[in-house]
Amino acid sequence: MKFTWFNLMPWPYLPDDFRERHRSVWVDIPNTLYDPRRGHNVYHTYLDQLEYAETLGFDGIGCNEHHQNGYGLMPSPNLIAATLTRRTSRAAICVIGNSIAGYNPPIRVAEEFAMLDVMSGGRLVAGFPVGTSMDTNFCYGQIPALTRDKYREAHEMIMKAWASEEPFAFDGKYNQLRWVNCWPKPIQKPHPPIYIPGGGSIETWDFCLDYDYNYSYLSFFGYLRGKSLLDGYWERVAKRGKDESPYRAAFAQIICVADTDAEAERLYAEHCLYFFNRCLHIFPPFADPPGYRTMATVKYGALSQLTRARQKILENLTWKQLVDERFVIAGSPETVRQQLEECIKGLRIGHLFCLFHNGNMPDWKTRHSSKLFAEKVMPRLRDLWPDYKHDERWWIHPMDDRLRPEEQRPGAEKKHVEWPR
Amino acid sequence: MKWQVVDTAKGTRCRVLEAGSGAPVVFFHGAGGLLADNPFLDLLAQRHHVFAPEWPAYGESTGDELLEDMLDFALHGWDLVNALGLSQPHLIGHSMGGMIAAEMACLAPRDLSRLVLVGAAGLWLEDRPIPDIFAMLPHEIAEVLFVDPQRGAALLTGGADLSDMEALKDFYIVTQRRLAMAGKILFPIPNRRLSKRLYRLTADTLVLWGAQDRLIAPAYAAQWQALIPRARVQMIEGAGHMLPWEAPQAFADAVTNFLA
Repeated sequence: MKFTWFNLMPWPYLPDDFRERHRSVWVDIPNTLYDPRRGHNVYHTYLDQLEYAETLGFDGIGCNEHHQNGYGLMPSPNLIAATLTRRTSRAAICVIGNSIAGYNPPIRVAEEFAMLDVMSGGRLVAGFPVGTSMDTNFCYGQIPALTRDKYREAHEMIMKAWASEEPFAFDGKYNQLRWVNCWPKPIQKPHPPIYIPGGGSIETWDFCLDYDYNYSYLSFFGYLRGKSLLDGYWERVAKRGKDESPYRAAFAQIICVADTDAEAERLYAEHCLYFFNRCLHIFPPFADPPGYRTMATVKYGALSQLTRARQKILENLTWKQLVDERFVIAGSPETVRQQLEECIKGLRIGHLFCLFHNGNMPDWKTRHSSKLFAEKVMPRLRDLWPDYKHDERWWIHPMDDRLRPEEQRPGAEKKHVEWPR
Repeated sequence: MKWQVVDTAKGTRCRVLEAGSGAPVVFFHGAGGLLADNPFLDLLAQRHHVFAPEWPAYGESTGDELLEDMLDFALHGWDLVNALGLSQPHLIGHSMGGMIAAEMACLAPRDLSRLVLVGAAGLWLEDRPIPDIFAMLPHEIAEVLFVDPQRGAALLTGGADLSDMEALKDFYIVTQRRLAMAGKILFPIPNRRLSKRLYRLTADTLVLWGAQDRLIAPAYAAQWQALIPRARVQMIEGAGHMLPWEAPQAFADAVTNFLA
């Protein structure tokens, strides 16, 4: 098993009456709620946590891209990742990822991801999401019905740019470049491991399988609800005649560890409820513009969209519900281990994106929970997939002689150093 | 009125409502499509040979994957006119249909007789931003489209009982499919730079507007008039954006007078 410590970077100062006063945490959230002076402290707290996670032994540290969003302060995850290349040297840096349909031209993503891979010594995990409709359509103006087509074209350009050793012309429908010539190029060959975060679009499964990319199901609603979707994915894997390595799939799960189950509630309940009540308060039309989902997906999941069951659930959530329905895996190390084992085996996943910082959780609680997990839970879940022990197809392959910039005092004087040969 | 199906040279297959006799008139519907009842078409058919095609992805029309941008939509409009075998028809376009009809008239100004734009989309006034129909709850849509939202909601759903899950599901799928198509020329802002081509629109034009239009404010009528060489404006009191359905007689009278 591989464990990645992931931070969504929520804004922790949303007011108590946020739900009542505002229709959405995303897209049209009043930006007067953001205070840049507090933001300075918030960014550094979150960056410190990601760096701390490496020292705890997590395999990866992760960030993602959201725009105009109260639960995600990373319009540019690449800036976050860049700072991590200077302050870590072992963990994978998982950028899950860049919403490539919104980049103009998409060669920018090939360039920046190459920079990150080089700066980190080959530790980049490159995520290519279609992007949520909030981000890609409403904030970045892409036409919903053409978003997937544009995504496919951007993907084609980026992969070709990484593979090609000569400049080439790219005559796309959405992008025309006479000279594509990716410079710098990534360390990892043929390219960094590629993760495709998906919600519930069934086309994404085939896309992942066509190219043997990792399929990452990023849900905030726990493994009990994620099961039917991942079952669908594994059925598709079998149908396509692919091997069933669990490393083909990743899942995101909110995790809270304390000494006892009761202590977990006392420490973390209010912060998880902050996350579910305020951070997921999204105006429904922003989540479902016509054309964003293909008709096949709309028909596949039409009823679940209609009932708005999810919105209803969010209205009066309690800690008991969060825990019972496994939106949150919380409790003593043993409780968490048991439930995560059920999650990992039930979903057949080799990668877990662990969400330890939730909502407005203060730094000390985040670290306490992460540390207990790293010391008492993670070691006991490591070897759940013995048959795939040496399957590194979906993980980083860093260079052995990479530098350790985090061990240098910033700006320290150096002796006369030549370029290495 | 009767339905017929035509195939265009490009490969779309479109359902067309047809009635009446006289000079040919083509009515292009907006993003909401034709509704279950379209009495204003019957009124127009008393004097004209009326054709009301459904855009691909609407009703039983197919080939939506072949149309991606404004030029595709406008050429498709002419492909339909050709497939119907019409010569110099009058064109009427409502809302998104008006945007397409105006574009058609800019591309081939000598191929139509007269043009009627009804609450037409296609322009953007910074001080009168058009509400985002792609970011609305169902009841909010009826509120911006109709003077009487309750009656409007009933018209939109064709009287279907949306508390029935199956009916709701069908309605949802149909709506998603239509608006996905409309979004190709309306999202995120319904402005595909038509304004810089309107100098070519030399057909006599009637700009017809519901005086209580809450979606595309009546101020837009003056902007169309300013940009089109030979246009006049007529406001219809008591009607909103769905003017043809809200005031069918007033609509038909205004159009019939103009085309006479």
